[in-house]
Amino acid sequence: MSSRVAVVVFPGSNCEQDAVTAIEYLGSESEYVWHLDTDLGAFDAVVLPGGFAYGDYLRTGAIAAFSPVMEAVRDFASRGGPVLGICNGFQILCESGLLPGALRRNAGLKFRCVPVNLRVETSDSLLTSEYKKGEVIEIPINHFEGNYICSSETLEQLRGEDRVAFRYCDSAGALTAESNPNGALDSIAGILNEGRNVLGMMPHPERAVDPAVGGTDGQAILRSLLKSLTSS
Amino acid sequence: MVTTTSSELGAELYRSLGLTDDEFARIKTILGREPNRAELAMYSVMWSEHCSYKSSRIHLKTLPSEGPHVLVGPGEGAGVIDVDGVAVALRLESHNHPSFVEPFQGAATGIGGIVRDVLSMGARPIALLDPLRFGPLPAEQIGDAKVAERNRVLVEGVVSGISSYGNCIGVPTVGGEIKFEGTYSGNPLVNVMCIGVAPKERIMKARAEGVGNKVLLLGSTTGRDGIGGVSVLASATFGEEAEALRPSVQVGDPFTEKLLIEGCLRLIELGLVVGIQDLGGAGLCCATSESAANAGTGMRLDLGQVALRESGMEPFEILTSESQERMLVIVEPKDLDAALAECERMGLRASVVGEVTDSKRLEVVSDGEVVADVPAASLGDGPVYDRPIERPSWVDALSSETIEPPDDIEAGLMKLIGSPNIASKRWAWEQYDHQVMLGTVVRPGADAAVLRIPGTSTRIAVTTDGNGRYCYLDPRGGAQHSVAEAYRNLSALGAEPVAITNCLNFGNPERPEVMWQFAEAVRGIGEACISLGTPVTGGNVSFYNETGDVAIYPTPIIGMVGVMPEDVVVPGPGWRKEGDVILLLGATGQELGGSEYARTVLGKVSGKLPALDLEIERAVGTVAREAIRAGLCMSAHDLSEGGLAVALAEACAISGLGAQIDLQSETPAWELFSESASRILLSVSESAASRVLEIASNAGVPARRIGVVSAGSLRGPGFDLDVAEISSAFHQSFAAAMGYPSASGESSGNVGYS
Repeated sequence: MSSRVAVVVFPGSNCEQDAVTAIEYLGSESEYVWHLDTDLGAFDAVVLPGGFAYGDYLRTGAIAAFSPVMEAVRDFASRGGPVLGICNGFQILCESGLLPGALRRNAGLKFRCVPVNLRVETSDSLLTSEYKKGEVIEIPINHFEGNYICSSETLEQLRGEDRVAFRYCDSAGALTAESNPNGALDSIAGILNEGRNVLGMMPHPERAVDPAVGGTDGQAILRSLLKSLTSS
Repeated sequence: MVTTTSSELGAELYRSLGLTDDEFARIKTILGREPNRAELAMYSVMWSEHCSYKSSRIHLKTLPSEGPHVLVGPGEGAGVIDVDGVAVALRLESHNHPSFVEPFQGAATGIGGIVRDVLSMGARPIALLDPLRFGPLPAEQIGDAKVAERNRVLVEGVVSGISSYGNCIGVPTVGGEIKFEGTYSGNPLVNVMCIGVAPKERIMKARAEGVGNKVLLLGSTTGRDGIGGVSVLASATFGEEAEALRPSVQVGDPFTEKLLIEGCLRLIELGLVVGIQDLGGAGLCCATSESAANAGTGMRLDLGQVALRESGMEPFEILTSESQERMLVIVEPKDLDAALAECERMGLRASVVGEVTDSKRLEVVSDGEVVADVPAASLGDGPVYDRPIERPSWVDALSSETIEPPDDIEAGLMKLIGSPNIASKRWAWEQYDHQVMLGTVVRPGADAAVLRIPGTSTRIAVTTDGNGRYCYLDPRGGAQHSVAEAYRNLSALGAEPVAITNCLNFGNPERPEVMWQFAEAVRGIGEACISLGTPVTGGNVSFYNETGDVAIYPTPIIGMVGVMPEDVVVPGPGWRKEGDVILLLGATGQELGGSEYARTVLGKVSGKLPALDLEIERAVGTVAREAIRAGLCMSAHDLSEGGLAVALAEACAISGLGAQIDLQSETPAWELFSESASRILLSVSESAASRVLEIASNAGVPARRIGVVSAGSLRGPGFDLDVAEISSAFHQSFAAAMGYPSASGESSGNVGYS
């Protein structure tokens, strides 16, 4: 299969190689797209990887939102192309207005690199279609700013439109204060856009692909991204 | 010709820069005249203890540095070993003084520095480890409460600094240690180790070859931060004025560091780099003179081309500034445009600041005027001292004390397992990204970290170790123990140790007893490394670790790397299955001198160190390796601080399983708390037990069955403790001691690690 997944690289991204490695592990290829590029025409899917775009010395993702490539990502998404934003990628999607809400500093005011349990809240989207609704999966988080917040209207909308993709939960799937690692509103770990083709999530699915380093529960997300290529 | 106004260079000036009268006279002889201000500043930083190793050099020369795996030994930015055809760079360094003055930035910039050291070898940094030492936390109620609170704040700041910088540059922090002793209250140790990888043929050296080649300065602008940092901070003892030194600490910019990593590696990959050198201590002055001296060339440096952060900077300030995140790269004139264009594309600042000459001199020009002109090699070729050595009288007095084991085994064990030294440091390492790069096979919390080496079917195991308390009581024996424990850590994972690097943290070398400790410790490291087959690939010396006139415990930190095939299943320290047989490799004596038990329960740092036979250490390690590689072990955990008692309790806390222990001993308390060396705890299935015992017996290693894995409690002669109780003490005490009582304590995810 020709390379049709774009992994966007901002100066300061640091999980782009991991995204490529995980996609490779699943038997596919991807290509880096530099932040100055403005054309995603050759691609059928886009990954915004984790890291610290432009250092994130300002609000996370705030500068990246204005980078040339984000114009192209916006355009790509508006045409229904699948976009996966992981961690910093999620923050950038929020800052860019592609997803609603924002990510604040973790409630404990500490960076956290831990495996967390997630409850799959919807399988009704391209990128979550390989999971069963209600399934509990384990994927690591790795962030300082993962505390999701949005207005109450937006929250109603997200809930009403079945756009919450993942919630932090305990191993039995219950939403508890202890299992919410960053204080996120309504335990939200990942959300979809209206078109259901853009998924932003704080946990790192690419770190849960190869069993030697972190389990396999994240495979389904990347696999469905890749499957969309063959079916499109 | 350089002009000098000799009136401005009174003895007061050079002495305030840390130069002695003899050193100043030597500079005059080298130059054939008086140095000017800029030159004086250059010599003062380059001849500082930190840069010149003037007190340590004659001792370090004695260390064994050759072995089948060693590609690059001491003297370069980092040591390099061959791992299955790939070059693996390793380096360990201190940032103690800056971290005491400003813990967050001190720790952060310490990482920046070590990463650039590894980068200067052409290697991509793939892992960081942070061995840290602090004074006791308030929870231990040792000494002054205010001091303890300051210690806590220091831990908080250092951990945050590591988290902030390491996470941003995308290099996983996979291990390290955090230990507490009263001695570090006035002088914490913040060491950091970096591992890097490169294709063997791409290993770079800091050499400014090729007359006419261009000298590029990459990365951050140059400011007044850290002027004279090495001479001011790293080469003098703290008095009460630590606060006033804060402007000498640099501020880290991890984003620019990340650009530097990617930019330098890209330029090397494109074949545009002749030589590369990091800017660390002594800044531009050190990088330019060293790379020219290494190649036997000279260099002309135009300060006007150095991008400055502030106006009005004097030549000496530009030359010795320790602004972070800068690298020096030598390129051929024909490649200059390509190199500059690539830097531009990557958003990395680059300017041509000089040219390689054949003069063997470092000529520095500013505004068309020569502001310094010195023989390049003379800066790195500083004085060498054979400082006086004297065995301190208290060594004998301390070692003659005897330590008795506890009457109440349960109380002693619970106190140890919940003490900040022993308890899980999850609170800290959860703040570190230990997974990025997808190479961390065994994450923090085990006896060592295990990493994949891309492009090979070999993995490396990495650990850091150091026992200041042991070294205080007996620096030579303590240093041997430190190497042996690192060896044991790696063996307990099934890895074969192949090389070490080190960071030697000591007091003021001008004091004969400190110099004695240093000489003894170096001797001990050398002896252990020869016996264990782990050559020394390099190291770093940090002297003047004292506040007032009290030196820290002599604390050599050993960073050791081992190798193993990728198909080895690492058992991990925690039990796996009820009914498994618990075996103890190695013999136990009645040895509590310098022990964790003596320190934490009795409040004593005294006694004779446990005996250490390095041949036995090697044999025990070999047996563990063989058994693990044969797939016979369900768990493996080395015994160190706290002895068998702590190892058993940890195996319980990590797994949630218990153990039924039968020591077959008249003196169980000795068996449990003794810190006899060369012991590894294994659990194996019933059917594998006899085979493991046979492997040990063939190797002449004592081994015996001491119990079985069970549910619910850790039980044996004189103790019956609930695993839940042990577990919560082990998992939650450290976070609680840091003031975060509700932090997550439960082990989640992979079984086996704390």
